[in-house]
Amino acid sequence: MTAGGERPAPETEGIVVTSRVRLARNIEGFPFPGWSRKPERLRVLEKILPTVEALPEMKGGASHAMDALAALDKQVLVEKHLISREHAGKNVGSAVVINRSETLAVMLNEEDHLRMQAIRPGFCLEKVYALVNEADTRLEEALPFAFSSKLGYLTACPTNVGTGMRASAMLHLPALVLADHMSKIISAVNKLGLAVRGLYGEGTEALGNLFQISNQMTLGEREADILGRLKNVVSEIARHEINARATLLEKSPRMLYDHIGRAYGVLAHARVISSKEGMNLLSMIHLGVALGAFGRLAAEDVDRLFMETQPAHLQRGRGRSRLSAEERDALRADLIRSVVGRGEPPKLDIPPPTGESPKTT
Amino acid sequence: MKCDMCKEGEATVHLMQIVDGKIQKVDLCEACAKAKRVTDPTAYSIADMVLGMGTEAAASPSRPKAERRCPSCEMTLSDFRRAARLGCPQCYEAFAEALGPMLKGMHKGLQHVGKTPLSRKKEVLLEERLRLLRQQLQAAVKAENFEAAVRLRDQIKALEGQKDSKTPPTREDPGP
Repeated sequence: MTAGGERPAPETEGIVVTSRVRLARNIEGFPFPGWSRKPERLRVLEKILPTVEALPEMKGGASHAMDALAALDKQVLVEKHLISREHAGKNVGSAVVINRSETLAVMLNEEDHLRMQAIRPGFCLEKVYALVNEADTRLEEALPFAFSSKLGYLTACPTNVGTGMRASAMLHLPALVLADHMSKIISAVNKLGLAVRGLYGEGTEALGNLFQISNQMTLGEREADILGRLKNVVSEIARHEINARATLLEKSPRMLYDHIGRAYGVLAHARVISSKEGMNLLSMIHLGVALGAFGRLAAEDVDRLFMETQPAHLQRGRGRSRLSAEERDALRADLIRSVVGRGEPPKLDIPPPTGESPKTT
Repeated sequence: MKCDMCKEGEATVHLMQIVDGKIQKVDLCEACAKAKRVTDPTAYSIADMVLGMGTEAAASPSRPKAERRCPSCEMTLSDFRRAARLGCPQCYEAFAEALGPMLKGMHKGLQHVGKTPLSRKKEVLLEERLRLLRQQLQAAVKAENFEAAVRLRDQIKALEGQKDSKTPPTREDPGP
């Protein structure tokens, strides 16, 4: 497994959680979904769906009409970041097609006629762009996309016109949060024309110290330049996170280990945990794993817990009766305990104090 | 004074608008004014409301063209402002004036420079070349290099001819 292909840079591993690129496209001559009546939406769907399903990338994949999906299944797709929360609210006339490995998803009649995205773990923006771009190129051979030589791909919202591309990376930044540097970073990133959002995109909280960084501008810049700029900024933030971890270890090991130790204590013994508390504490365990504090716990175990303890994932496979919030919180605690609590407690050796630690600059 | 809409409440909101040189007046009670979102100036056109209500005050003979409408999807500018989403691809042309400053504030530039569908590449390349040639022509005229200017003008004409002969058949027949 050496060389060949784009490998995530080792220093960003565990910090850049996923990379994602989505493209917005519309069919010429049809109103956008939000301004269409049902028959129009259905006609567009009839026109696009077979073409999308026939993509070689979609072989062995799944195609769902949104009105045929149960609310729970929609929510699972949202938690996996395969459809947007808006799309989960759609019914007749909307659909989603997902490839077998769940790295490529095409939403039909979301805000635009087509919203296609590629998503992969790790820091691999170029790779995911290549994946979605290839699908787009195949689709445009068969579908007349609305395009103007001046404004590029025409989209329902003027904020997407041009490339129709939104590229984003999800970053896990616990040390920057602990060191209270995030607001500074967010405003610096905003000045560069990039947006910082929470776990589920626009208007959501940064649960579990997870932040999404994405491009804002789509017109007047080439895809490669947008991706390059984003990549640079994401690398820079990841470097800051690494530095913040080192600084915390050096200057405030007690505070750092206290957070990790408490997270372990709660997760290894608690019987009831809310989704929010679970994510925030798992974030600390993840940091502990990265710092080598846990012998038997791997980063992948923590990542899996993160996904499996989200509400719809917990409900899934637990029969037809809907779990109450209390039942979910109990299940979540049991599940986390069975993984985090089974190993040894973390080794949190605080180096002996060497006099007054010098003030950082 | 009674409210023009419900004819019951006391009118406390008085509106006046001049459309095509005609004064239109509407008097509303608090509740109706709220219901019609009169308080939100961007989302409201008195002409639309008056026409919808058929109030006497708006006895204009023909439907005044108070608002621009997209010829393709019928969206109006205030519809767009309300929804913050456009109605169809043609809206970009219909509302070009209002969109211009908006796009300028949102994006890096006003000219798309990214991916182009294969089927549109020729056309886009042609336009790109024309843009360049026109720039050169201007420069040549400014420099009083008339020989070059004539040559450039002929090139532009030839390319424009190509473009015109190509545009009509690219328009797909939408069918019945």
